[in-house]
Amino acid sequence: MTNRNIGKTVTDNLKKYAVTYLFIAISVLFIIVSGLDMNYVCSQLLLRLNRNAFIVLALIIPIIAGMGINFAITIGAMAAQIGLLLTINWKITGFTGILVAAAITLPLALFFGFLIGKLLNKMKGQETIGSLILGYFANGAYQLLFLFIFGSIIPLNDNVTIVGSSGVQNTLNLTGSTGLYMAVDGILQVPFMISLYVLCAAIILWSVVKYLRKKTSVHKMVTSIAIAAVIAIVFSIPAISNIFNGANGGRKITVPVVTWIFVLLLCVFNTFIMKTRLGQKFRAVGQNRTVANSSGINVDRTRVIAIMISTVLAGWGQILFMQSDGIGTFQTYAAHEQVGLYAGAAILVGGASIDRATNLQALIGTFLFHSLFITAQSAASNLFGDAAVGEYFRAFLSYGVIALALVLYAWRGAQQRKADSLRLESDNNAKAAKKK
Amino acid sequence: MAGEYILEMNDITKEYGSNAVLKNVTLKIRPGEIHALLGENGAGKSTLMNVLFGMPVIHSTGGFKGEVIVDGEKTKIMSPMDAMTKGIGMVHQEFMLIPGFTITENIKLNREISKPWPISRVLGKELEILDMPAMAADARKALDSVGIGIDEYALVGGLPVGYMQFVEIAREIDKSGMKLLVFDEPTAVLTESEAQQLIKVMKDIAARGIAIIFITHRLDEVMNACDNITILRDGQLVATRKKTETSVEELAALMIGRGEDSMIQIQGKVKHESDAIALKVRDLWVDMPGEAVKGIDLDVREGEIIGIGGLAGQGKIGLPNGVMGLYPAEGEVELFGQKLPLNNPKAALNAGLAMVSEDRRGVGLLLDQSIEDNIAFNAMQVHNDFLGGFLKLKSARSIRAYANEMIRELDIRCTSAAQPTGQLSGGNQQKVCIARALALKPKFLFVSEPTRGIDIGAKQLVLETLVRLNREQKLTIVIVSSELQELRSICDRIAIVSEGRINCILRPDSSDASFGLAMSGAKVNGGDLA
Repeated sequence: MTNRNIGKTVTDNLKKYAVTYLFIAISVLFIIVSGLDMNYVCSQLLLRLNRNAFIVLALIIPIIAGMGINFAITIGAMAAQIGLLLTINWKITGFTGILVAAAITLPLALFFGFLIGKLLNKMKGQETIGSLILGYFANGAYQLLFLFIFGSIIPLNDNVTIVGSSGVQNTLNLTGSTGLYMAVDGILQVPFMISLYVLCAAIILWSVVKYLRKKTSVHKMVTSIAIAAVIAIVFSIPAISNIFNGANGGRKITVPVVTWIFVLLLCVFNTFIMKTRLGQKFRAVGQNRTVANSSGINVDRTRVIAIMISTVLAGWGQILFMQSDGIGTFQTYAAHEQVGLYAGAAILVGGASIDRATNLQALIGTFLFHSLFITAQSAASNLFGDAAVGEYFRAFLSYGVIALALVLYAWRGAQQRKADSLRLESDNNAKAAKKK
Repeated sequence: MAGEYILEMNDITKEYGSNAVLKNVTLKIRPGEIHALLGENGAGKSTLMNVLFGMPVIHSTGGFKGEVIVDGEKTKIMSPMDAMTKGIGMVHQEFMLIPGFTITENIKLNREISKPWPISRVLGKELEILDMPAMAADARKALDSVGIGIDEYALVGGLPVGYMQFVEIAREIDKSGMKLLVFDEPTAVLTESEAQQLIKVMKDIAARGIAIIFITHRLDEVMNACDNITILRDGQLVATRKKTETSVEELAALMIGRGEDSMIQIQGKVKHESDAIALKVRDLWVDMPGEAVKGIDLDVREGEIIGIGGLAGQGKIGLPNGVMGLYPAEGEVELFGQKLPLNNPKAALNAGLAMVSEDRRGVGLLLDQSIEDNIAFNAMQVHNDFLGGFLKLKSARSIRAYANEMIRELDIRCTSAAQPTGQLSGGNQQKVCIARALALKPKFLFVSEPTRGIDIGAKQLVLETLVRLNREQKLTIVIVSSELQELRSICDRIAIVSEGRINCILRPDSSDASFGLAMSGAKVNGGDLA
């Protein structure tokens, strides 16, 4: 590769991930300005990553199927909350309770997803805005259900209804006798450093096995082993490992292993489904509906399936969110409201666009987005002497990112069209020159 | 039992409403032959192919009459998928390929080879895992059979246009049981050497017993590649010829051949003799999607009506749009000796150019606005006409007076000048467009597809109006039209555009064969040139 090529690759990369790099810069700045203890920042970050990753990952399939950012995952979250409510109502506790809630979520989310998909098929090209509005609309239906239908038409126990009235209580407690708090997170908590070492060892083992089964080159194997080793060594430096061990005060950071296994399973699922016939249809429909249709693919059906899967995954993601460390209460009428917005903003921050997204982008995006969330308040009060500014900044941040990503997408499209027409012209010129 | 023919389409009639676009057309194809399907735009070629492929547009508009026999069996083809399973494939003019997919993935799209695993056995075939090596092997075989040595794992997106065509062909060949392939203008986007390669591949495919329907307008390719030729005109079967028994000239004449009888009789036409040049165009390139102009040179004489003809997509509509600055253009244009800046519609209007657009309802008219406002709109914007008083407000009285004058002059049928244009018939809308162009008091008028979508009586009126303007006001007119007969009725000269350039300029009384040859991009012999 010549110097010029490298230069071009770097510029292309900078352009493509402009949003991501911008956020990395702001994150670093905020962490410094906020003056927060690194132990606190890291523990919060890990917590939020583990809490939100599943929902963000649920956005990937519709993006690949060409349906943009499915803000209607909010509706999946509502399905999950119906499941949770019934579980609490029936007093089923612990991991069993989580499984019951997930089981109730499945048919509900499939049905809602089917309806969303049908509707989005009627508004091709405007799915992103359509699903956003659909989420708002569903919020009204949700309130009707929880305020009037539950309790009066569908009987509930006294422990979840508003005293002296019908309708579900504003806040439901997940701790104590309800027994859903940390029902997944709490199963196995392993200190951060140990899980990091195990993870690195697993990566090394995996790449060796892959090489031995002749599925990868020596070069790739060595690279991934080297990366894993470097990570393990860097984190072993006392200055860094002390942050996670809580040696300088603060708590010892632990990792909820079972939740992470679910997140990893979803990553594997997202990758795996793209290698099936169905995944090939998602990709084909996402890239060009006309061509897909002419090859006999049922475009509308494929899109509906993509949304159904996404809605179910988002529902399960919401259950993982609600049970997670540090939540503890179920805000009956608010818990779902920002789900779509925050998840959509997070995946865009990670470098995904309206038509392209990967697992890694989802994870990085969640990480960056929430690092700003954690630090915004302290950073604002240090800079402006007012913590409320940080609160505004959060809202500004999420909507701003989405707007920026949409504008960048349109801009890139225009650039592409311009490049195409230039190429056509030079093509024509070449042809004309040949004729002469 | 399989008979002599692989495909018989007998007495196919198709009507859209009361408009018959195919009338008793019969097409018979033998196994292993290359059969050309010739005809002008609107001759019914695409409709016939839509019938063959069972396109939704046919079935949703009441189906068709006649029978389709594939391989000796009478069948009903209800969808493109249906056609595919019966062994009929299509190589599209616009490539049906996904740029982000590899060649293999494109060739095997929706026909992937996959392996079952425990979960897919429960949840169905959709979840089977793709067997990429097996798919690539199939793709390799298909690519080899069209003689293309490209890597089957390469992305389609970066390929040269010519290669994409071959990938399309490879995909069709890869389908098992393929009996009949339709090539829809495959050489339009190819270079000369690629086109020759393509014809060689077509012959190879035909030699294996697969029949080919070759839709094209390049007559030399027809003579080079085909065994038999079917010619359609105005939805009717004109002739079926063996290649050995015909000539390029005969084919060209059959394609056009309406003779004198279908000419529209226009009153008061006089011939203009002037050598002064009104519009001089040199090396004009226009980037208009689907109608790109690639280096037109043209001189328009003062006071003449010159026609621009040619097949759709060859660039004839790009010419007026480019000169008027409506689409990005490059080149040199002089109007009455003054250099005209391109890509600047306002400058074009100020220089005394006006245009009646082919897109009457989209670009031409404000459909919710009244006739008078439509007529006055451009003149107010460009020349500050129809504005009165200290504040330069719209002067309703002068607009109304002018509109009424135009309504009388052009015979616009309406209730009053205040009627919204959306309520008018197509012909009357067209007259409003002309009135609006005239309100600019142009020295030079472009008229693009003036009779598209209007009935025959209105056509006559519109054409007569143009002739009268030309005679009475000495207005120089360039009229672009897909309908050769109307150009031959009113023009002094007719320039035929082919592949973005002017092929030649013919007299209106030139022979059908000359027009046919000119449109197909072939050379025309001296006698008919203007």
